Amino acid sequence: MKIEADRAKCDGLGMCEAMAPDFFEVGADGTVVVLDESPGEEHREDLAAAVDACPVLALKLLERT
Amino acid sequence: MTLVVVGASLAGLRAVESARRTGYRGRIVLVGAEEHLPYDRPPLSKAFLGADGPTAVEPLRTEAELRDDLGVELMLGSAATALDATAREVSVAGAAVGYDALVIATGTTARRFPGTEGISGVHTLRTAEDAAAVRAGLDAGGRTVVVGAGFIGSEVASAARGRGLPVAIVETEKVPLSRSVGAHAGTVCADLHRAAGTELRLGTAVSGFETGGGAVTGVRLDTGEVLPADLVVTGIGVGPATGWLEGSGVHLHERDRGVVCDSTLYAGAPGVYAAGDVAHVPNPGFDQELMRLEHWTSAAEQGAAAARHALDPAAARPLSPVPYFWSDWYGHRVQFVGTPRADEVVVAVPAEAGFTALYRRDDRIVGALTVDRPRDIMKYRRRIAGRAPWQDALAFAAASREVAA
Repeated sequence: MKIEADRAKCDGLGMCEAMAPDFFEVGADGTVVVLDESPGEEHREDLAAAVDACPVLALKLLERT
Repeated sequence: MTLVVVGASLAGLRAVESARRTGYRGRIVLVGAEEHLPYDRPPLSKAFLGADGPTAVEPLRTEAELRDDLGVELMLGSAATALDATAREVSVAGAAVGYDALVIATGTTARRFPGTEGISGVHTLRTAEDAAAVRAGLDAGGRTVVVGAGFIGSEVASAARGRGLPVAIVETEKVPLSRSVGAHAGTVCADLHRAAGTELRLGTAVSGFETGGGAVTGVRLDTGEVLPADLVVTGIGVGPATGWLEGSGVHLHERDRGVVCDSTLYAGAPGVYAAGDVAHVPNPGFDQELMRLEHWTSAAEQGAAAARHALDPAAARPLSPVPYFWSDWYGHRVQFVGTPRADEVVVAVPAEAGFTALYRRDDRIVGALTVDRPRDIMKYRRRIAGRAPWQDALAFAAASREVAA
């Protein structure tokens, strides 16, 4: 699994940080910082919640091929 | 098996998406009063009103995605008119649509100022059509008067000032937003307006409108004064869109007729759950406070949960969300997490450094409002969700104050 964050879309609203604080943080420039871009499978539920919670739909979970 | 979702905005969309995600393969019908495919509302009072903003409202999903990928039957442009909870049928455009599971997500409608019907240039702001009309008024470059200093009205004022247009806000309360965020924070919000050159008429009521040739020319105040206006936007609140549920047996709140649910979103009739702006839900995270939230994040979360619970009531679980909303004014970001119903409100970071107010109930933090401190807000949210002690929140605020906003 890989996290893809569209930083141009990101509005820094922080819901990803709320859902999965180990993987996302609002950074100094007011947009998302991905703390670990290739998380383990055991985090899927939290990460899916973070993707769903993004009000500007800036996050995707990509399956590794 | 048929899942019917009434209301085709964010909560309704999330309901049909989550139904499919859980593996449900039965029939889904999505009923919407508006002609549009589900679209996103927050930008309507923000980017959409800017001179260089987007000119069209993009749907959240295409028709093909909804019909083909998600297998959803769309009944758009047709409002539900009645619910028969015994026969398990919803009336839509004269037809009876049977359901096994029902999600009520009809949201709210903007309250119109009495007597403004038929006056051109006076608008509410809730739908894509409303936003297009307000935008056209701003494009015409006239004088704008906003009635009601709530979040929507404040964003309209911000858009007008962003175009260099004169704007006044008329508000009956002496401190704007005092019921939403408390008096301290409301005062800071008022200062944001003044600093941007928006004229504030607080503690003032509108007594009527001046018109010429059917179009608004001014707003008459209870002081007798008339504010000249080419564009008037009224943001005086909303009411749950539940007329179709009267007499159905679904419990409607006596004050505003919103749907009263339990903490699993169950609306009191078999198979019927509610989500989004329409629903009053007790929140176990805040002493079972009954909350009707008009927030993007709760519509998304409740919509998804309501469909899961409606399809499998035995697996329904209480939701315990931390409310969150944001608003953009004059390039400033206002963010709020939790509840403003507090024993005490403390200004933890003064306005010079990007404002922070913290809300205490008993010995815990229950709410936080920040202005231009986007890195902090979710740190407070986590503390609120975790029932962190008040002293811990104060210590975090003191430490964060040292960091530049």
